[in-house]
Amino acid sequence: MRVESINGPSPGRARGAGVLAARSLACRRGRRLLFRGLELQLNPGSITWLRGTNGSGKTSLMRILAGLSAPAEGEVTWDDEALARAGSPAREGIVYIGHTNALKDDLTLVEAVAFLARLQAIDDAPRRAHDALGRLGLASRRDAPVRTLSQGQRRRGALARLALDDAPRTWILDEPYDALDRDSVALLSVLIETHAGRGGAVLLTSHQDVALTGAAELDLERWRTG
Amino acid sequence: MISLLLSVAHRDLLLARRRRVEALLPLGFFIVAAGLFPIGVGPEPQTLRQIAPGVVWVCALLAAMLSVTQMFASDHQDGSLEQMLLASQPLLVIVGGKVLAHWLTSGVPLVLAAPLIGVLFDMNAQAIGTLALTLLLGTPILSLLGAVGAALTLGLRSGAALVFLLVLPLTVPALIFGTGAVAAVDNGLSAQAHVSLLGALLIFTLLGAPLATAAALRISLD
Repeated sequence: MRVESINGPSPGRARGAGVLAARSLACRRGRRLLFRGLELQLNPGSITWLRGTNGSGKTSLMRILAGLSAPAEGEVTWDDEALARAGSPAREGIVYIGHTNALKDDLTLVEAVAFLARLQAIDDAPRRAHDALGRLGLASRRDAPVRTLSQGQRRRGALARLALDDAPRTWILDEPYDALDRDSVALLSVLIETHAGRGGAVLLTSHQDVALTGAAELDLERWRTG
Repeated sequence: MISLLLSVAHRDLLLARRRRVEALLPLGFFIVAAGLFPIGVGPEPQTLRQIAPGVVWVCALLAAMLSVTQMFASDHQDGSLEQMLLASQPLLVIVGGKVLAHWLTSGVPLVLAAPLIGVLFDMNAQAIGTLALTLLLGTPILSLLGAVGAALTLGLRSGAALVFLLVLPLTVPALIFGTGAVAAVDNGLSAQAHVSLLGALLIFTLLGAPLATAAALRISLD
């Protein structure tokens, strides 16, 4: 059995802390089995870079790990408990940012991010959204309607969710560097490394060549079936 | 939980306020469609009084269905729905917030406009009051059932048409009790039985529809 495990510092049990793991995971899309027998464990303090060619199932795996899709075989666990039964500790502990930004065009950026913060049960959501946007370099665009922002600004707005608090959650980031300029790429890399440094876990995919200190690669091709 | 429900409802109301034309479409449809009947049927007051409850209720049904198809569509498109499914609180709470916002933006305006349509159909004050009361109890049922249909057809081609086909048959009991109550008042009888049944139907729908909607949303996004 191959278990991908990247060890990092061991934090105390802060809010959002936990270990996300997958056992004997298989994923089917339509009639096609994408991968089978995948073993994965995202330990606190780890950064895992998920590699694979187009269509190898990276996004599907991330959706399964986030709890959005059901696997064809195997199970996903949060602190050794099935993800579906792990309840709010797991839901609070996992942050998933997919291809879409989840920002409403007709809301202002700060309203949109504050709403996402409320979904994550983060206290004092408007103030935290306000501060997080400042950290992502969007202070001057906080009150702009989302529809007036560029693609890169929207992406940064979506990624502001990562700066809402310092809880050591597990981040699942699908192509987070898409549409970002060079400074924003560097800023996101710092966010990811800092998060891992305080005991959070990160799983990400990216087709861009980005330097991330301490990142371990996980090649999905090893489990690919078709 | 209540705070998240109110947050979701508040956000949808804010969006409705910023998309006023879209939000007012069901009300516009309701008034125009119901207003066409006196012109088409003729100005005979007795005939108008007789058809009024049915016309108003059917127009309200169709108006509610018009907007319900969009209840989850834009959230699905921009990825908000995925985040709602991953929220730390149960999905039922979020569904509740969305249904509440839909009812406040689509159902309540229909209830408020009903007396105007009643006057157009030469209904007496008591019948108009009963009509408004039945719509007050009936429009949440339409929002709740509409949510189930919208969740089941999420992401499907021709999803809007499918919502009509799926949900309209389920609304028949509400239509029967709603129009029956007004007809009873018109005939000098008590509307209490019809109103009670409509209330029971609302409670029953309130208990079942959010669960079905939440399950349908999870299946649609899998």
